Amino acid sequence: MTNEELKIKLSELIPTITFEEGGQPIASAWLNVNVEAKDWHGFANSLKYNPVLSFDYLFCETCVDWKTHLTMVYHLESTQHRHIVVIKSKLDRSKPEIETVSDIWKTAEFHEREVYELFGVNFLNHPDLRLLILPDGWEGRNPLRKDFEDTINMVKL
Amino acid sequence: MYRETQIVSDDTKTASPDVEGDLVINVGPQHPATHGVLHLVITLSGETIKKVEPHLGYIHRSIEKMCESLSYRQFIYVTSRMDYLSSHINNHGCALCVEKGLQIEVPLRAQVIRVLMDELTRLASHQLWWGAMAMDVGALTPFFLAFREREMINDIMEETCGARLTMNYIVPGGVMVDIHPNFQQRVREFITHFKNKIDEYDELLTGNTIFQIRTKGVGYVSKEDAISYGMSGPSARGSGVQCDIRKLYPYEVYSKVQFDEIIETEGDSFARYIVRMKEMRQSLSIVEQLIDNIPEGDFQAKTKAVLKLPKGEFYSRVETARGDFGVYIISEGGTTPYRIKFRSPGFSNLSALDQMARGGKIGDLVAIMGTLDLVIPDIDR
Repeated sequence: MTNEELKIKLSELIPTITFEEGGQPIASAWLNVNVEAKDWHGFANSLKYNPVLSFDYLFCETCVDWKTHLTMVYHLESTQHRHIVVIKSKLDRSKPEIETVSDIWKTAEFHEREVYELFGVNFLNHPDLRLLILPDGWEGRNPLRKDFEDTINMVKL
Repeated sequence: MYRETQIVSDDTKTASPDVEGDLVINVGPQHPATHGVLHLVITLSGETIKKVEPHLGYIHRSIEKMCESLSYRQFIYVTSRMDYLSSHINNHGCALCVEKGLQIEVPLRAQVIRVLMDELTRLASHQLWWGAMAMDVGALTPFFLAFREREMINDIMEETCGARLTMNYIVPGGVMVDIHPNFQQRVREFITHFKNKIDEYDELLTGNTIFQIRTKGVGYVSKEDAISYGMSGPSARGSGVQCDIRKLYPYEVYSKVQFDEIIETEGDSFARYIVRMKEMRQSLSIVEQLIDNIPEGDFQAKTKAVLKLPKGEFYSRVETARGDFGVYIISEGGTTPYRIKFRSPGFSNLSALDQMARGGKIGDLVAIMGTLDLVIPDIDR
């Protein structure tokens, strides 16, 4: 489906979503969709299991610290229809919480553990939310947040 | 900071056996079969694997954070240290993303050189994988044969790029220097040499009954699971997933060369092995098509000394030897990226290891890990 068709289809599914024009100033810009954190899990479900959409490949899941808030970013692709969509969800920086999607895309389990330790996002209903990359004892200090300071290991340029 | 041994005993507690008599063992972080500092905590019932839990981070350098303070020319070099066996392709992905943002047109000569180097890197990576994988399952000779041929590629790289492993040959807008005068001749020599050798590889290992028994029916992953786990590259293509970025979203001159996307549907270790063996022949054919057709012209587009990406988000995808490598740059308009995310193929491929190994025998674990082709710095970043 083209971006326009996707726009119509996704708005039918859930009317509260908003669209932003893709950041890539080239022809293959992907559709960017903003969704509220509380609606995310249900929306994700229909993204994967709706046969017209069937976004079955979550190829990138990450988070961005905007200093005022955090944004979760999900890159989804359909291996059947070959369309791509980027889902974004704003989170409160002091208490970031969002429903896990590891029951929908299994790869999310690892990616969410990574985001949990690097950004401190709490994934509700995640089966195994523990530190993955960082050594034990790093809970509460989130290296990829912009205000993170490490006087020993960090070199500032 | 490093994990103290006491933590290992903690792991044993968290991975507590459900049934009395189950055994929890640690493989790695320094174990010859893990090829790097990968630490697996395995729960066993007799010889049967009940659970595999990877513990990562022994070589985590926080490259994403590092890149936030490096300029758009500098950060490319750091990415060579992620998947060091496809360092050139990592650089390629980063350069593509910067070029996308700045809308730089790369000269055709540079595009061809880049693709040539990509495929040579892929060949070198698959050769090393072939040798190491055979060694894992108990055949020592292939390791030396593979390194003999890989040495030729490394020499070619050294001559043109100045380095053997972390080439850092790509700059935004093209390549750093023009190819060495000997380059074409030496690549041609390599092609004729390797064409015979790859048949020897097949004779030696692919048809070997013991090897087939070790790998057939081992580490099965279905197509649906492979997609759900976000697997990509040869590991996913062994399960019948069509995922070659070079075919799906062609970049540079990949749309102009003839090659096949190798897909096997069995989904076991042997299928993944076959995919990589056939891929080597495809890469060889791409190199063969391009080596005599390097167009004249500039090897680098004219770019400003200081690169500033416009405000926005940019994502580029390339196919490394391990799969779908993505670079996601968020720019605020400055000289350094606001945030960079590297989507590493190894990280997602590793997450499927538990599913693949569960219910199998502990002896098969190395055969599964071997065909996943894990490079740990790529996973930890």
